[in-house]
Amino acid sequence: MNFEFTEEQLMIRDAARDFAQRELLPGVIERDEKSEYPTEQVKRLADLGFLGMLVGLEYDGGGMDTISYVLAMEEISKVDSSVSVIMSVNNSLVCWGVEKYGTEEQKQKFLKPMARGEKIGAFLLSEPEAGSDATSQRTTAVDMGDHYLVNGTKNWITNGKSASIYIVMAQTHPELKHKGINALLVDSKSEGITVGSHENKMGMRASDTCSVMFNNVKVPKENRLGEEGFGFKLAMQSLEGGRIGIASQALGIASGAYELALKYAQERKAFGKEIIHHQAIAFKLADMAVEIEAARFFCLKAAWLKDQGKPYGQASAMAKLYAAETAMKVTTEAVQIHGGYGYVKEYHVERLMRDAKLTQIYEGTSEIQKIVISRGLVD
Amino acid sequence: MKILVCISNVPDTTTKVKFKEDSTLFDDSGVQWIINPWDELALTRALELKEDAGNSVDEVSVIHVGGAQTDATLRKALAIGADKAFRIDACAADAYYVAGQIAAYLKENPFDIVFSGIESSDYNGSSVGAMIAEFMDYSGVSSVTSVNLDGDDVILYRAIPGGKQKIKAELPLVAVVQKGIAKEPRIPAMRGIMMARKKPLEVIAATEMEMLTRSVKFELPKAKGACKMIDAGHVEQLVELLKNEAKVL
Repeated sequence: MNFEFTEEQLMIRDAARDFAQRELLPGVIERDEKSEYPTEQVKRLADLGFLGMLVGLEYDGGGMDTISYVLAMEEISKVDSSVSVIMSVNNSLVCWGVEKYGTEEQKQKFLKPMARGEKIGAFLLSEPEAGSDATSQRTTAVDMGDHYLVNGTKNWITNGKSASIYIVMAQTHPELKHKGINALLVDSKSEGITVGSHENKMGMRASDTCSVMFNNVKVPKENRLGEEGFGFKLAMQSLEGGRIGIASQALGIASGAYELALKYAQERKAFGKEIIHHQAIAFKLADMAVEIEAARFFCLKAAWLKDQGKPYGQASAMAKLYAAETAMKVTTEAVQIHGGYGYVKEYHVERLMRDAKLTQIYEGTSEIQKIVISRGLVD
Repeated sequence: MKILVCISNVPDTTTKVKFKEDSTLFDDSGVQWIINPWDELALTRALELKEDAGNSVDEVSVIHVGGAQTDATLRKALAIGADKAFRIDACAADAYYVAGQIAAYLKENPFDIVFSGIESSDYNGSSVGAMIAEFMDYSGVSSVTSVNLDGDDVILYRAIPGGKQKIKAELPLVAVVQKGIAKEPRIPAMRGIMMARKKPLEVIAATEMEMLTRSVKFELPKAKGACKMIDAGHVEQLVELLKNEAKVL
């Protein structure tokens, strides 16, 4: 085993940290309050190559490994999860599928601009009545010969408004159930697409989460990703990698809150000494440090498996479950350590606590991760 | 035109400073090393000059005097955008020695402009740049806050008490730069990090020369006393403490 990072991995971590501290921290509270999409910050994310860091160099990506991705996601999420979710969706859920299963034409047309960050991608799976039960797709893609005709509604779409390219899951052969689902690359400006208003969320308020309606949208046949009926499999495989991104995001939220709580506990005095010297607080911080370190190992293990070309579905589900639960627990304790100050926006931890909640829900709830993990236990 | 940026490898500015061996040596265990902040700004400005199509800068290189453990710092400079890195393989412990090593390299490999940060954030010597200019008989300008090229002329601004001074300098030149030379240090992009491993990092044998100074002992500043908070309504209490306890009135 080797617990050392390479020089390049450390350089990427430091670059992400510098970017987050220098360019995301100023204004993060205001963007959250106003639910303001981080337009300038996403542009910088693209300039620095984070939006396509996992894509190969030949398709204008960064050609980085998944370990580096975990390190970068953690640093960015310590400060602004609304930005890191945009990076996670673009890299893991959209670019990954096009790079792995797209045709050369699709890679040239769709992958390259997304890897450069000139265009943002979105992954359209969830529906009003198909969340955890993703097999129940109501959106249809009727085969019209040279094109599909798409109708239906997608919900909770990250990057829904800002994305130029959608990967849309839609049912073509209902009789085949999930084996009849196709994954289609769709230009978000296509005729018949209506994007709903920005959801007024509890956390990650600056990322744009919208519903997207399709009304007789024509999608050329050559925009189908993979073989006919491959859509559901593609979605599930994409989510396996996506979970490493969200697990790393949860890890970052937890470690960001922990760092703030540790600093505060060394400065704030009560009963004549810094509160870190009161065992009630010291033990909380010890528990937080242990759980964050464990979550980090889960994330890095899943990333390492992916980089080695080994199966990583089980590991990414464990990482996502553990890191999300840790994020919720650690951020709640960070607010507690801050006392009244933790309850006001200026001290950041209340935002991190609100953001943490979403990591237990999206890209597979904690309960769904347990289903994935427990099914994997049975031969 | 070729620009050379001198790079110091310094402890991260948040490092808790400790000494070892009876306070004769800096304890570098667990220290994170970074590019000296002023040198990083100098590198950023050098790259901006190269990227400006109106200038004829063909190459921006970095040079450093240090051991192999400092290569990571030089590779970061390459990731930020430097074309080449040179490491003179020696222990950098004396400003005269460092400047002499860089000058020896420059005599064999001339550059048009040499940038040096006004000081290093560890030992604050503030002398390497000026010494290089002296060794090389180059023009030397200190406290530079702005550098622009106008054909073969270099236009510099330097900070002076209460204002600034505009200077036109002839090449070759050593510019000792300070805050303001670039807006903020450049963050390496993913592509730059990937490219860094393919760029040359040349290790050069040190020239024989003696050091003129030797560090004898380090001392930390005395710990600051506890802060006393006085209620804004009790100015008389503040005056009493300043007079009788702090004895500054």
